[in-house]
Amino acid sequence: MGDAVAVHGGHGDAHAHHHPDLQHHFDTLEQQHEAATLGMWLFLITEVLFFGGLFLAYMLYRVWYPVAWAEASRELDIVLGAFNTAVLIGSSLTMALAVRAAQTGKQRATVVWILLTMTLGFVFLIVKYFEYKEKFEHHHVPGPNFVFEGPEAGPAQIYFSLYFLMTGLHATHMIIGFFIMAVIAWMAHKKRFTPEWYTPVEITGLYWHFVDIVWIFLFPLLYLVDRAGHFA
Amino acid sequence: MVGHISPKSTYYAVFAALMVGTAITVAVAFVNLGSFNFPVAIGIAITKATLVVLFFMHAKYSSKVIKLFVGTAFFFLAILLGMTMTDVLSRGLKTYPGGAGGSGYGERAPRVPGAAPAASREGQH
Repeated sequence: MGDAVAVHGGHGDAHAHHHPDLQHHFDTLEQQHEAATLGMWLFLITEVLFFGGLFLAYMLYRVWYPVAWAEASRELDIVLGAFNTAVLIGSSLTMALAVRAAQTGKQRATVVWILLTMTLGFVFLIVKYFEYKEKFEHHHVPGPNFVFEGPEAGPAQIYFSLYFLMTGLHATHMIIGFFIMAVIAWMAHKKRFTPEWYTPVEITGLYWHFVDIVWIFLFPLLYLVDRAGHFA
Repeated sequence: MVGHISPKSTYYAVFAALMVGTAITVAVAFVNLGSFNFPVAIGIAITKATLVVLFFMHAKYSSKVIKLFVGTAFFFLAILLGMTMTDVLSRGLKTYPGGAGGSGYGERAPRVPGAAPAASREGQH
């Protein structure tokens, strides 16, 4: 061991020759960044199939009960739904700009863009809260107190079950995103990132954009089933 | 420098395209296209999601192995949805001359306007 230290200068000295954020099991920062990004995409594959199961359940029941789907979907507020879609797309833009600011070494801007992303996400959840509240008031929450006029009450309850499951799981992802973004904003505030190492910002961006994509599908599937009145 | 840096104009252009897509999908939902309302809405959503994946998520500038992973996610989703739906949607079809319709879509959706009730449809054969 003594010989090795003599030859290689020891572990402590080795740090002086590479970037402080480069882990020892990676050769380069590029390789480390690639591995982290790949790992995040692997997680997102499982997320796609997680939500995919719910989308499949949605598709099956929509095929079986098109009239109930048309009637129940019209109970949702299309203005609030479209507004929230715009808000979430806006939060994806601010997140993309947060990552870009981190890439270019502008950490103050990273903090500002992430706080803006969180604000837009919060606006989304506030709107969602009032939508849920309205569902409770109209007895559109599945369970013993569920009320729906007409012969489609049974399958309409299935629609609202999937509505709460899918939007609830989506909102849960957003709340988890807030905690992650709070940590990232704090790290940027502490000047932890450099143009050579901003991987946590990039990974958080991937997560938030995925949440945006889920909503891009949820909006037409839940709010726009049959506004033209073809089925009922 | 690690990773591709897109110009801000790219992000603003993608954002504008996503907003236009949202406006179009809302507007077209009020036009009665019959059975085509659903594929049009899904088509717009897929287009919007593709823009997010390519530009916001940097997939366009990523390595081949990451592109492969991105494709894998949607490939498996396509298997999940595609193979299940081809089964369910074809259950009401008569697959051979004189064959009886199976249980499933045909009988479960009798209230579609214009579609005959399942019982009378059976009676024609």
